[in-house]
Amino acid sequence: MGTLNSRSPEGHVSQQWTKFKSTCHLVNPANKRKLDIIVVGTGLAGASAAAALGEQGYNVKIFCYQDSPRRAHSIAAQGGINAAKNYQNDGDSVYRLFYDTIKGGDYRARESNVHRLAEVSNLIIDHSVATGVPFARDYGGLLDNRSFGGSQVSRTFYARGQTGQQLLLGAYNSLNRQIKNKTVEMFSRRDVLDIVIIDGKARGIIARNLVTGEIEKHFGHAVCLATGGYGNTYFLSTNAMGSNGSVAWQAYKKGAFFANPCFTQIHPTCIPVHGDYQSKLTLMSESLRNDGRIWVPKKIEDAKRLQKGEIKGSQIPEDDRDYYLERRYPAFGNLVPRDVASRAAKERCDAGFGVNNTGLAVFLDFSDAINRLGKATIEARYGNLFQMYEKIVDENPYETPMMIYPAVHYTMGGLWVDYHLMTTVPGLFALGEANFSDHGANRLGASALMQGLADGYFILPYTIGDFLSKEIGTKRMSTESPEFIEAEKKVSDRIQKLYAIKGNEPADYFHKKLGQVMWEYVGMGRTEESLKKAIELIPKIREEFWSNLKITGNPTEYNPELEKAGRVADFLELGELMARDALNRRESCGGHFREEMQTEDGEAKRDDENFAYVAAWEHKENAVPELHKEPLEYKEVKLVQRNYK
Amino acid sequence: MDLTLKIWRQASAKAKGKFESYPISNISADCSFLEMIDILNEKLVRDNIDPVAFDHDCREGICGMCSLYVNGRPHGPDDDITTCQLHMRKFKNGDTITIEPWRAGPFPVIKDLIVDRNAFDKILQDGGFISANTGSAPDANAILIPNREAEQSMDAAACIGCGACVAACKNSSAMLFVSAKISHLALLPQGKAEAAIRAKAMVAKMDELGFGGCTNTGACEAECPKDISISNIARLNREFLCAVILE
Repeated sequence: MGTLNSRSPEGHVSQQWTKFKSTCHLVNPANKRKLDIIVVGTGLAGASAAAALGEQGYNVKIFCYQDSPRRAHSIAAQGGINAAKNYQNDGDSVYRLFYDTIKGGDYRARESNVHRLAEVSNLIIDHSVATGVPFARDYGGLLDNRSFGGSQVSRTFYARGQTGQQLLLGAYNSLNRQIKNKTVEMFSRRDVLDIVIIDGKARGIIARNLVTGEIEKHFGHAVCLATGGYGNTYFLSTNAMGSNGSVAWQAYKKGAFFANPCFTQIHPTCIPVHGDYQSKLTLMSESLRNDGRIWVPKKIEDAKRLQKGEIKGSQIPEDDRDYYLERRYPAFGNLVPRDVASRAAKERCDAGFGVNNTGLAVFLDFSDAINRLGKATIEARYGNLFQMYEKIVDENPYETPMMIYPAVHYTMGGLWVDYHLMTTVPGLFALGEANFSDHGANRLGASALMQGLADGYFILPYTIGDFLSKEIGTKRMSTESPEFIEAEKKVSDRIQKLYAIKGNEPADYFHKKLGQVMWEYVGMGRTEESLKKAIELIPKIREEFWSNLKITGNPTEYNPELEKAGRVADFLELGELMARDALNRRESCGGHFREEMQTEDGEAKRDDENFAYVAAWEHKENAVPELHKEPLEYKEVKLVQRNYK
Repeated sequence: MDLTLKIWRQASAKAKGKFESYPISNISADCSFLEMIDILNEKLVRDNIDPVAFDHDCREGICGMCSLYVNGRPHGPDDDITTCQLHMRKFKNGDTITIEPWRAGPFPVIKDLIVDRNAFDKILQDGGFISANTGSAPDANAILIPNREAEQSMDAAACIGCGACVAACKNSSAMLFVSAKISHLALLPQGKAEAAIRAKAMVAKMDELGFGGCTNTGACEAECPKDISISNIARLNREFLCAVILE
C-alpha cells in the first residue's frame, strides 16, 4: 500500500490556485501549434476543454460515441449551475460555496480542489453569458437564482428546466467555432477502446468507427478523458443509454488508479420503476424541491390502501400526512442534500409507507405551492418537467401529487487525479464526472455542471500547459509504432473473442442481471454481508457472460450489439471494484451508507480516524486490486458530524 | 397488447432497403415506444436475426438523438414529444405500426432507421456561435437582458437538433432549425455583433448542403417536439435580408 501525492500547492487554501497560475510553466504560441491533444467525450467538460485548448492554439482531436457532440448527457441536466456570485445579497461567498461543497460531500473531498472550484465558479457564469446562454432573468434584466439542496443561499443559475442543455450548447457552439478555425478536429460515432502508453506516458488512443467498424489509431502528446460517470453499472439509472465506464476502465487497466468507486449518488426525485422492460429511469429535477413538499401517509392503513389503488393521495387529509423531511430536518426541510433525502425515502418505504402499487414511491406535492403562487407561476417554473412527468406516468401533476423514488444518478468516484487533473499515468488527464476530485462522498445539486465547466474552461487549460511545457521537444509519433500496433491488436482480439463466444443471450441480459445485484447489494444501504455477496455473485455473471453471450452481425458494420457487449464486459469488472471499495470503507459517509455504521437517529456515521482518505485502487493482472491511500487533511474546515436539522 | 411492426430495413447506405413485418405480443401500455423496440431486438437476437438499428441516447426527450417516422409522423402520434417519450398507450391492440427513418436528401441512411445528420453540425460550425474566447468575459450582470428577450431567446434555444423539421418538410428545408439558432443568438445583445455574418454564413451553408427552400406550409412547426415557432423563420429572413442590404 502506498500513499499518493496530490501535488496541491503550498500555502493557504485561498491562495493556492493564484499561486499555481502565477508559477506554472507555459507553452508559447509557436510551440502550442506543434502539440496535439486528444479529448474523449463532448459533454460539458470535454467540449469546454477542447474549445478552450483550441482557442489557445493547440491541435485538438475530440471524440464522442453519439452522432453529434451536442448529444452528450450533460444535455439532460435540468435544474441549474451553482456560482458564488452573491447576486441575491444573501450572504454567499467563495468561502461559503467551498464550505458547503466540502460539508455536502461529507468531508471526503480534497480541500484545495474544492476551493479552486468555488473560485472559478463565477467565471463560468460570466463566460456562459458571453457565449449566449439564455439564463433566467428578472424584469430589469439581471440574472435570477434559485435554491438547491445543501445550502441556505440562492446561488443556482438556471435556464428553465434545461440548464444542462443550454450550457452544453454554449460549449458546443464554442467547440464549433474552433472546428471552423481548424484547431479542433471532431470525430463522432467513435468508441474509444484503449489508451496507448509509450515510455510511461499516455500518447494516444485506439478508437472504433461505429459506422464502418474500422479500428483507428490516433496520437496525442496528452490524452484527456471527459467520459462521464459509470452509473449505468446498475443498468437502470438516469444516465443515457450509451453512457459507460469503458474508457475510464481501460485507463485503470493501463495503470491509472480508480478512486472511491463506491461513492454513487442515488438521486431522491426520479420517476419510480414501473416494469421489467424498463430501459432507464427519468429524473425530476431537484429544483422541484424548492416548491414541492415530500410526504407519505402517517397511518399505515392509508399507505396500504394507496398501494392497492383504493384511494388517491389527494384524498388523505392534511393531518394524516407525514412530511418526513420537514419533520426530521426542520432547518433544511425538503432541501436537505440528496443522499439524506434518498435514505429518508427508503426508510419510509421500507417501513411500509410507500404510496404506489410496488410500495416504492413517495409523494412530491405541489398543491400548497399552487395555492400560494397560482398555477401559472408553477407552470412557468417547472412546466417542461410537469409535461415530461405526465407523458411518462399518464397523470396530471397539477392535480395529483407526483410519485417519486430514488434512482442511481451520478458517480462521485472516478479516476484518481492530482491537483493538475492528471491521473497516475503521466499525460493522462481526467475531467468532469470521470474524475473523483471535487464532490467527496456526495455531490450537491447544480454542482456537476459547475465542475464540468470549471475543469474544461478554466482548470485543465492551465494545468495541461504545465505538463506540455516539458513536451515541446517531443516530435509527433507514428501510429505504426509497436505500442500502437500492440494496442490495436489487443482491441481487435477482444472483439474477436466476444464474437467467438457464440452463446445464447444478448448483452442486455447480463447487464440487467448485474444491475439487480448492484442495486440489491451495493445500493442505498450496504452491509458487510451484502457486499461479500456481491463480490461472490458478480464473477459468476461475468463467467456466464464470457461463455453464453450472443452477438449478431459482424464487426465491420454498424453493430449496436457489439458496442453494448464491450461496455457490459467492462461494467462486469467495474461493479466488482465498487463492491470491494464499499466493503473496505467500514464507515458511512455521504451516499455510501453502511447499515452497520449509523447514529442513533439513523444518520450516516463517519469514522474520520480510520477513513479520512481517498481510496485509490491499482489494477493487478489476475489478482485483487491494490489499495493506495491519499490522506485527506483538513486545514480550513473542521470535521464535524453533518447536521441539517 | 399485440401488434404488427412494419419496419424499414436497410443494411447500409448503399444497400437497397425494404419493409419487413414483425409480430410482437404482450406489450404493456406503460412501455415506451423505444422500449418496445428493445423487446423486439432482444427477441431478434435470440432468433439469430440482425436487430433493428436505431438512434437513441438520453431517452428523456432532450438529447435529440432519436428520430423515426411512426405511422408517417416524425416522432409519432403525439404532440410536443420526441420518439423516446412516446408511450404504447397511444396505440391499440392489433395495430400495425409503420416505422421508417427520416426521409430527406441531406440525411442519408446509415443503417435501418439511422440517418446521418452531420449536415446540422456543419451549418452550426459555419456561424452558429458567439466569438468570445474563454476568460475574456465581463461580469455576467454587466449585460442587461430584459426578461422578455431572454425568454424569447430561450424559446428558440430549446431546439434539440433532432431534424424532425427537415423530415416533416416536403422540401426538406432546414429553415426552422437554422432560424432557431439565428433567433437564439440575435435576440441577445452579446450575439448582435456577429448577427449579419452569422445569418449569411449559415444560410449559404444550408443551401450548399442541399436543404430545400421554405414555402411556409408550417409542417416543421407542427411536428417540432420542442414547439419551436415559425416566427423564427420570419426573423431569419429579416436578419438575412438586413445582412445582404448592409453589404
